[in-house]
Amino acid sequence: MAIINLKKKEVQAKVVYYGPGRGGKTTNLEYIYKRFRNRIQTEMVTIKTHGDRTLFFDFLPIEIGRIKGYDIRIQLYTVPGQVKYESTRRLVLRGVDGIVFVADSLAVRRKENVLSLKSLADNLATYKKSITEIPMVFQYNKRDLLDEGIPLLPVEWLEIDLNSKLKAPFFEASALKGPNVVQTMKKIIIMTIDSLRKDLT
Amino acid sequence: MDNQYISDADGQKTYIFTPVQLSNIEAVLAEDLLDVGVHSVTLIDMAGNIISTMDNGESRHDLYSLAALAAGNFGAVSTMASLIGEEEFSLLFHKGKKENIHFSKVTDEFLLITIFGKEVSLGFLRLKVAEATDKLEGILKSGQ
Repeated sequence: MAIINLKKKEVQAKVVYYGPGRGGKTTNLEYIYKRFRNRIQTEMVTIKTHGDRTLFFDFLPIEIGRIKGYDIRIQLYTVPGQVKYESTRRLVLRGVDGIVFVADSLAVRRKENVLSLKSLADNLATYKKSITEIPMVFQYNKRDLLDEGIPLLPVEWLEIDLNSKLKAPFFEASALKGPNVVQTMKKIIIMTIDSLRKDLT
Repeated sequence: MDNQYISDADGQKTYIFTPVQLSNIEAVLAEDLLDVGVHSVTLIDMAGNIISTMDNGESRHDLYSLAALAAGNFGAVSTMASLIGEEEFSLLFHKGKKENIHFSKVTDEFLLITIFGKEVSLGFLRLKVAEATDKLEGILKSGQ
C-alpha cells in the first residue's frame, strides 16, 4: 500500500525480499546498506534470533531521489525464510508494493525454492493480491559458488521451476560479493514506481 | 482534488493524501496531543509507512524505523490476540524510564503512535488519544 503525500510531494513504497531460508535475503540488504551507507540516514533494523537467523524482518529505508517532482522513499524489508515462520512472513507482506524473490541456486535447495514461491502466492492472496500482477523480480543467488565447484541449479532449471508462468525479470547474483545486487534493487524499484506512475499527477 | 482516494487497479492499493487532508490531520495531532504535552505523535499505515508526524521540537527518534517496527509489533500482537480468542487487545502500551509509547488503531489500515513522558498520565493520554482517533477516522474516511 504505497502512500502518496501531495503536501510534501513524497512517495513511500514497500519492497519485500522473499525466499527460502538461508537464501541470502538479509545479505542483499546488508550489501545495499554497506554500498549506500552515505545515502542512508538511519541504521538498518534487524530482528534476529540468537542463531543469527531472521526472526521477524530486516528493514532498510532508502531515498532514491526524485521522479516527476516527487521524493521517492523505498522501504526495503526481508521476511524470515524458515518454514515455521509463515505467520510472520504474512505480516511483513502487508501493504507490499513490490517483491524480490531471492532463490537459492544450490542444487540441494531446489524444492525449498518452489515451496517458498508457493507460500508467497498464498500469502499475497490473503491480502487479495495476485503474484501474477504485483511487480516482481527474481534473483538467482549464490552464482559465485559455481567457481568453487559446488553443485548449482542451472539458471534454465530455475527459470522453468519458478518463472515459466510469471516471466518476471531475473538476475544471476551473489549477495555476498555484490554482482547484480544493486541491479536487482534498481529493477524492482523501477517496476514498483512504474506501477504507481498513473497516480503521480 | 480535495479528498483522498484509493486506486485499486491490478490489486494494488495506493493511498493519496491531499494537502487539505494532511493539514487537517496535523491540526488534530497538534491540538489534541502535542498541546497536552506528548513528545511526538505519528500516524502510520499498517504497512509501516508514515502518513504524518509531529513533535515538540526536542524529539530525535528514527521515525521510519519506529514506524516499521510499530506496524510489525501491532500485527504480531493482533495475531496473538486472535490465537487466544480475543478480537484485539484494547491497550497497547510500553513503559520506559523516561519515554513511554502508546499504540492506537485508528481504522483497520492506520495506527497512531504516541510517545510521551512522565508529565502526562496514561489515563489522560488514553482519553486524548481516543478523541484524536475519532477525528482522524473521520478525516481518513472522508475520501473513501
